[in-house]
Amino acid sequence: MPQSLTIILGKAVRYAARLRGGGSALPGLFVERISPSFVPDTLAQLPNGIVVISGTNGKTTTTKMVVALLESQGLKVFTNRTGSNFVRGVAAALLGEIDMKGKLDADIAVLELDEAHAVKFVEVVPPRYSLLLNVMRDQLDRFGEIDTTARMLDQIAVATTDTVVVNREDERLRTVGSLITGKTVRYFGLHDTLLSQFPTDDEMHEAASATKKKPAQRPDADVVLKNFNEQGAAFTINGKDFVTPLKLKGVYNIYNSAAALALVRTIVPKASINSLLGALSTVTPAFGRGETLTVAGHPLELVLVKNPAGFRLGLESYDSEGYATMIAINDNYADGRDMSWLWDVDFTSLSKDSVYVTGVRAYDMALRLQYDEVSMEKVNTELAKALAEFIELHPDTPKRIYCTYTAMLTLRKELSKITRVEVVS
Amino acid sequence: MNIYGDHGNLQVIVRRLEWYGYTPKVVSYNVGDKLPKNPDIIIGGGGQDSGQLKIHADLLKIGPTLKQWANDGTPMLMVCGLYQLFGHFFRTLNNVMIEGIGILDVETYGTNERLIGNIITTSDKFGDIIGYENHSGQTYLGDSAHPFATVVRGAGNNAKDGHEGALYKNVIGTYLHGSILPKNPAVADFLIKTAVKRKYGSFSKDLIDDMFATMAREVARDRPR
Repeated sequence: MPQSLTIILGKAVRYAARLRGGGSALPGLFVERISPSFVPDTLAQLPNGIVVISGTNGKTTTTKMVVALLESQGLKVFTNRTGSNFVRGVAAALLGEIDMKGKLDADIAVLELDEAHAVKFVEVVPPRYSLLLNVMRDQLDRFGEIDTTARMLDQIAVATTDTVVVNREDERLRTVGSLITGKTVRYFGLHDTLLSQFPTDDEMHEAASATKKKPAQRPDADVVLKNFNEQGAAFTINGKDFVTPLKLKGVYNIYNSAAALALVRTIVPKASINSLLGALSTVTPAFGRGETLTVAGHPLELVLVKNPAGFRLGLESYDSEGYATMIAINDNYADGRDMSWLWDVDFTSLSKDSVYVTGVRAYDMALRLQYDEVSMEKVNTELAKALAEFIELHPDTPKRIYCTYTAMLTLRKELSKITRVEVVS
Repeated sequence: MNIYGDHGNLQVIVRRLEWYGYTPKVVSYNVGDKLPKNPDIIIGGGGQDSGQLKIHADLLKIGPTLKQWANDGTPMLMVCGLYQLFGHFFRTLNNVMIEGIGILDVETYGTNERLIGNIITTSDKFGDIIGYENHSGQTYLGDSAHPFATVVRGAGNNAKDGHEGALYKNVIGTYLHGSILPKNPAVADFLIKTAVKRKYGSFSKDLIDDMFATMAREVARDRPR
């Protein structure tokens, strides 16, 4: 099929899908079916090439940071900002951006891709740069086991043509990095004193009891996160120390800002560090990732939790004192069907609170809290009703909701009826 | 080998013992550690294939002691990876033989098919047992082995026999994650009761409110595989 026709039909389906209020994947699926070369052909035009960002946790917020940093250096960036990170999601995003001749007005594409989809994507479209964030236990029901996920990221590294940016604190990724030949590898990392705050899945249950571990031999990193607090972070970049304020919350978001800096320094080597930090300081969390809405004059934070490491870091990042807390756990396909992961999270930090529990698997969550002796104010599997009641019960208190992916989508939809919720297209 | 939420099993044993008025002492055993003397309950989890290789030599070394304890009646729960290694062997797809410690009369073969999803099984002893399975090794029972449960929905030991896990004396081998014990208090209480009776001669069960477990079981029954 001629590309021009693909574009017209694709745009038409996209328009129709949006009228219907539907998701972003349908028009992409349509284009993928009728013209498999649409995505590679369109992206091949870009003068600065393609960047792929992958890993278990933090892809969406990191992508947002990378885009902001590249834009601060005057580059026009195409990105898949809905977090619909499958090939068809990219196709759908492209349809919204190209003109009728198929021309994409951008210098560079920054794409967040789920590990399994990234592997398929890079087979068709080799990226010039890739950023490998972390390999954590997530969706084992889809990928089988962590080592399988690590092999997927290895395939992304192999397909990358110029530079791979790697988290040196992730043992599996460090191995991936050490085996790369014929292209450049750059690292981002943590100062030794922060290592104990980021235990790996393998160390998770040992973390509490383990005496200070001697850090393994690690390669030099271009950007090292040295320290951070509520207001900002200190980095060592290319051997020099810098401090910047940050709007991002959550320790993993702050660590991933080191990843974004390392990646953008690779793409734009002449960028001044101060201008990059200036741009970084204005980045806010991606939707549902520590996003703050206002309900009846009080803040309501949505914290996306997808896996044990993310949930644990979320609980560590946000002090529950003075907040009403809700946990919403679904088990739809996108969330993962398996509930085992809840047992790898320690909830004792909530033991002073009374938590409202909801979602399809509310009772699994309640059972988990029971064994950590955390009290619950209510368990209600119906999300919309639970949200309304939770807000009613706490009219004068800031609220925080930890939610799985599909629970977040439902909650945002409900919240959009009563407050301003950013529409993400 | 604790990467798969099987930590929940330990938490459940510890808490329930506390709720029953006992003071449990947890000894975590890692490769190269000295084995504790006469443990009351032994639990082990699943792991990555690479994790299985890491512990293998050490497991063979302590195998005879574990076997002695199993024969003496010590209650044990071995999930997934350790269930497989409590059998005679695991033969991988590349025909590599990984020798087990032979407490359970089972053998396991690596396959290309991953048996994955919510699973419901049932047994006379424990009632319905509900969990989640995720394994590509398929296990076959020998003549002297008893299955832990019969599959109601899901796969179990392998894709065709319709049974799940193995039971020998007080040793349970199973593929069920979830974790298995939180949603199946009957299995947890079996391990606890057996251990307490062995140690103190009798066990009187106090009441624990298992309402959340009951509700979570009801919800899990109706979820897609």
